[in-house]
Amino acid sequence: MHSYRLTHLKELESESIHILREVAAQFERPAQLFSGGKDSIVCFHLARKAFFPARVPFPLVHIDTGHNFEETMVFRDALVKEHGATLIVGSVQESIDTGRVQEETGYYASRNKLQTVTLLDTIEKHKIDCAIGGGRRDEEKARAKERVFSHRDEFGSWDPKNQRPELWDLYNGRKRPGEHFRAFPISNWTEMDVWQYILLERIPIPSIYFSHEREVFDRDGVTYANSPFMRLKPEEKPYMKRVRFRTIGDMSCTGAVDSPASTLEEIIEEVASSRVTERGSRMDDKRSEAAMEDRKKEGYF
Amino acid sequence: MSGYLDMDLLRFTTAGSVDDGKSTLIGRLLYDTKQIFEDQLEAVERASAKRGSGEVDLSLLTDGLRAEREQGITIDVAYRYFATPKRKFIIADTPGHIQYTRNMVTGASTANLAIILVDARKGILEQTCRHSFIASLLGIPHVVFCINKMDLVDYDEATFTRIQKELEDFSSKLEVRDLSFIPISALKGDNVVERSTRMPWYQGPTLMYLLENIHIAGDHNHIDRRFPVQYVVRPMTEAWHDFRGFAGRVAGGVFRKGDPVQVLPGGLRSSIKGILIGEHEVEECFAPQSAVITLEDEIDISRGDMLVSPNNLPETSQDIDVMLCWFNERPLQPGGRYALRHTGREARCVVKEVKYRMDINTLHKAEDPTIRMNDIGRVLLRSAVPLHFDRYARNRSTGSLILIDEATHETVAAGMIV
Repeated sequence: MHSYRLTHLKELESESIHILREVAAQFERPAQLFSGGKDSIVCFHLARKAFFPARVPFPLVHIDTGHNFEETMVFRDALVKEHGATLIVGSVQESIDTGRVQEETGYYASRNKLQTVTLLDTIEKHKIDCAIGGGRRDEEKARAKERVFSHRDEFGSWDPKNQRPELWDLYNGRKRPGEHFRAFPISNWTEMDVWQYILLERIPIPSIYFSHEREVFDRDGVTYANSPFMRLKPEEKPYMKRVRFRTIGDMSCTGAVDSPASTLEEIIEEVASSRVTERGSRMDDKRSEAAMEDRKKEGYF
Repeated sequence: MSGYLDMDLLRFTTAGSVDDGKSTLIGRLLYDTKQIFEDQLEAVERASAKRGSGEVDLSLLTDGLRAEREQGITIDVAYRYFATPKRKFIIADTPGHIQYTRNMVTGASTANLAIILVDARKGILEQTCRHSFIASLLGIPHVVFCINKMDLVDYDEATFTRIQKELEDFSSKLEVRDLSFIPISALKGDNVVERSTRMPWYQGPTLMYLLENIHIAGDHNHIDRRFPVQYVVRPMTEAWHDFRGFAGRVAGGVFRKGDPVQVLPGGLRSSIKGILIGEHEVEECFAPQSAVITLEDEIDISRGDMLVSPNNLPETSQDIDVMLCWFNERPLQPGGRYALRHTGREARCVVKEVKYRMDINTLHKAEDPTIRMNDIGRVLLRSAVPLHFDRYARNRSTGSLILIDEATHETVAAGMIV
């Protein structure tokens, strides 16, 4: 006798596949935002399942700050090649060069905030009507209220007080010309679910998620990878250390964790016993209590 | 380590009136199951200190948006996650005040279980009735009434028993399969995760025990075969030259290879040639799995169509009798036209008749039939094309629909087919 019961991972997978198919069915020119981080990798893996044996019917979009981990770029290019995906790159450097945005200066300069303009320009240029993102509601409190199909006005803005009710698995993707949507297929996944699923499905991820020796420096209690993009204060001295990254963002705002975890099993054990959220190591969220909410209203990921 | 392969998923919603301590309860569940991280706790400690509240305010853990933090209330559905070794939980945390009832309906639509908070000092309020009715209307299989703030009534058994009796009387008018009552103090932690030592008269489970052990596998319909087609997969590659697969999420029943199926609309019959889940060929699929089904015969099928069992057909009609929850500032227009979305199908519809508006505090028909924001009413819709549906009480997926304003594209109503 079969029990017809799904594990939590299989139920989440099924929900995400349903969402990805709704996006493909309801929009003319959807695209998936791809950072090379684990969440976007899992999203792409789910998209491959959703449309198998056909190819994923939308391109990947990478908003490139120019401050990338080399390992992530190698990984991205290999993935695109292996699966015959189409890749669109939106360059923050180009936005700076053409005067669309101004580079921040000082020790804390980051291109993280500038990405929003590049993202919205890329969406407009390629007439993308739905940008699929790997955002999860457990990441941050402003994200906890995000819809799966999230409406953006013609300025790309999010209005948290005026979101459409979203019931059952009926998603409303209707919009006026010039408006677009963001869709979040893994909204209901937690960091732990993502890691367990990566292990279950044996999904390849960039090497910097695993423990490795790297040149780092410390700032405000966070360890950062040293790179030509970082301007060090006189008292900040780079040194070698075994670290890994819990999230992958722009090099200028992604902190490393002191960790010997070199397998998926070890990472899961580490995440399970961790006492700090993954965004705890992100400089971009530390700017103020409502940092993420403000960026999201402007059109951030 | 391998435990996660046996975990299942429980979705629940929390409802209560303003100041019932709902945020504190959720904060308590997260805190006592050790789901709170140091940086989150530090942020809450900072915020508590800024407000001048003496002890750490657990409710701040769940107050998301800035406007809410400033006003100290919850204005939109927020989703929270936690897990124990047995289960992963998704909480739809919905606001209690009247003007945001639409959010409770939203949160309830996907829930297996509802927690309804009642203040032990106040007993049943208008909103308690409203929340219980919505839970019943939205077909939530399990409802747990938490009689909260027991610490403020000296953990008095008689108070709890009196409120339980009142709730039982009221709930007899509703259709809920499974009711539970637990005396708690979210603030002090009694009977939430840890068993209370201050209420020895209470012999039932703690809230956490109930959440971890309640039987939910039976919440899906595994009887009536329903497969709404969402998307047609056509690889058109050399390896998969003639492949034409129908992608969808099983809405009811179990589909097996070789099973006879009937295609709606049209009624043509075929049988199942193959089933794919992701890249894996499987023998059967069941609700709520996402799958791709191929048929033995070439039949023209597109999004919005449905594969069903030939001996167990859904109803087919253009006249749809629904209970509607209205979400928009502009009231429902009798005779008005809206876009209707049901499974993967979108059709225009007209409001043929407003049968009545429900007074959800008395559960009687109201005198004024105008259906305004946050109202619930019985309405007859006429759709431009026939829909294939089941009653909502039988199937929450093929029995539900939403209405969309054709000018603004806003979702204006949720409908449960009667």
